[in-house]
Amino acid sequence: MSLDGNVLAGALADIFSFEITAAQVTCAGCGTQAPAASWVVFAEAPGMVARCRTCERVQLRLVSDGRGRTWVDLSGVARLEVGETR
Amino acid sequence: MARAAVLGRLTWRVVTVGAVVQESERAVTLTLESEERITHRPGQHVDVRLTAEDGYQAERSYSIASAPDDPSVSLTVERIPDGEVSPWLTTVAEPGDQFEVRGPVGGYFVWDDSDPAPVLLVAGGSGVVPLMSMIRHRRRRDLHTRMRLLYSARGEPDLLYRTELDELAGDGFDAVYTLTREAPPEWEGYRRRIDAPMLAEVRPAERGKGTVFVCGPTPFVEATANSLVLLGHEPARVKTERFGPSGGGS
Amino acid sequence: MSSARGVVTRGFRGKRAGAEHSRIPPGQYLVSDFPVLSAGPTPYLRPDGWDFRLVGTDGGQLARWGWTDFRALPHETVTCDIHCVTKWSKLDMRWEGVSLDVLLEGVLPEAAYAVAFSEGDYTTNLPVADITDGQAWIATGYDGHDLEPEHGGPARLLVPHLYFWKSAKWIRGLRFVERDEPGFWERLGYNNYGDPWREQRYWGD
Repeated sequence: MSLDGNVLAGALADIFSFEITAAQVTCAGCGTQAPAASWVVFAEAPGMVARCRTCERVQLRLVSDGRGRTWVDLSGVARLEVGETR
Repeated sequence: MARAAVLGRLTWRVVTVGAVVQESERAVTLTLESEERITHRPGQHVDVRLTAEDGYQAERSYSIASAPDDPSVSLTVERIPDGEVSPWLTTVAEPGDQFEVRGPVGGYFVWDDSDPAPVLLVAGGSGVVPLMSMIRHRRRRDLHTRMRLLYSARGEPDLLYRTELDELAGDGFDAVYTLTREAPPEWEGYRRRIDAPMLAEVRPAERGKGTVFVCGPTPFVEATANSLVLLGHEPARVKTERFGPSGGGS
Repeated sequence: MSSARGVVTRGFRGKRAGAEHSRIPPGQYLVSDFPVLSAGPTPYLRPDGWDFRLVGTDGGQLARWGWTDFRALPHETVTCDIHCVTKWSKLDMRWEGVSLDVLLEGVLPEAAYAVAFSEGDYTTNLPVADITDGQAWIATGYDGHDLEPEHGGPARLLVPHLYFWKSAKWIRGLRFVERDEPGFWERLGYNNYGDPWREQRYWGD
C-alpha cells in the first residue's frame, strides 16, 4: 500500500534545511504543481520512491545506507517552491 | 577515503516512556520524557526507531496526540496485526523503556491556529490521532475557531478519546461519529462509511469554505478527499495524511 | 546524521523468526512471511497483453514470446534461498519458471551485460555471466501457485545468488548492452553487483 509525502518529512529533514512536505513541487513530466505531501510514496527502506499523483512519474528517490550516507535523486522535480503560500 | 558525515538538521534523540495508557483494545497512548523538551505543532508526527540487541532496527512514523502546550509529548499507537513496530509499542512498552525519535516533522499537515476559517477534521480509525492534537490545542489556547470532527470507526469500542471528546463539545467544537461495521442498538450517530452526502450534511461551513484535514488509511483518505472535492472544496484546502503498514503506523 | 546503532530497546525483536543460520548471509534476518517491497504501484497485467522480449546490443529484437508460447516452454522447479537488501531472507522457497538458458539458447549475443526491464520504469543491470549456466529464471509461480501481481506476477526475474532487487518483478524483457548500464536503484546508491555474501548493498561496499 502506498502512503503520501508526509512520511518523507523525517528522512528529508535530515538533508534539507526546509520542510519538504509543505513545499510546492512541479512535476518534470506532466507539469502538475502540488505540495510534496501529495506525492504517492512507496516507503520501503532503504529506498524510498515518491511519484507524481497525477502522472506516476518518479519525483524523488532516496536511499540511505544507515551508516551516514544518503543519496537523493530529484530529477523528476522540475521546480521546488519553498515558503508561505499566499 | 575519509569523508565527513553530513550533519543533519535533525538527529535521533532518546526518549523514555513515562506513562502507558490503554485507549482501546488495540490502541495505547505512550507519554514520552526526554532531556530536551520536544515542541511541536498540532498535526505533526515523529519517526520512531527501535533497535534490537543484535543491532536490527525498524523505523515507523507516529502522529503526536498531545497538544503543543502539554508538558510532555504523547503518541497514540494502534497495534497492526503482524506489524513490525506497533506490537512492541502497544504490548511490550513499559514506563522506563527507551527508544529513539526523530522530529517532530511535518509542515503540511498542521493546523495554523491564526487562520479563522472553520475546520472540518475527518478521521478514519487511528487517523484521529493528529486531529486530536489540533482539537486539544484549540482547547488549551481557548480558541473559538469553529471546528468539527467527523470520526469513522468500525465499532463503538474502537472510538478513541470518546469521553474527552464529549467533554470538549461546546463553544464551537463538536464531534460527529459514524460506525461502519456494528453499532449498539441505542446508537444515534451515522451507520455507514463516510460518503459525499454525509460530508455535505456535516461540514461546519458554507460550501467550499474552510479547511479540511483528512487522516486515516490510504483508501479512506482517497475516497474522502475525492468526495470533498466533488462537493466543491478547493483541493488546496483539503489536507491529507495517509496511514498504512510500513512507513506510517505499523 | 542517523547513528549506525541507536539505544537498545528492551524486548524488541521485530517480526523476525528463529535463530541465525549458516545459510543466512551477513546482516540478514530470517522471516516467515514474504514481504512486499515496491517502487511503484502494482501493475495488473492480462496474459494476452504480456510478452517477454530479448533485445540485442543494436536495439534489434532477438526473440519474443507471448504468454501462451512462454507457458509452453520447459518449466522447472527451483528451490532456493532469497535475500533482500532490506535484510530479510527466506530459505527453501520453491519457485517455478523457465531457465534463462532455455530462453537464450541460440540467441545469446556477444554482450557482457544485460539490463532487465519491467512494466513501468523499473530496470536492473546484471552481468551476462550471472544470468547464464543455471543461475537465472523467469519465474511464474512459487509454492505451487501462480505468482501474484504484488510479488511480481505474472512473471519476474529470479536470480537468487544476488540481492533480491536484481530479481526484477513484472519483467518484460532483457536488453543486452556492451557497456554496463546501472539500473533504477544502482544509479542511486545501491551496489552495482549486489552479492549478499560480501554484503554488497550500497556503492563502495
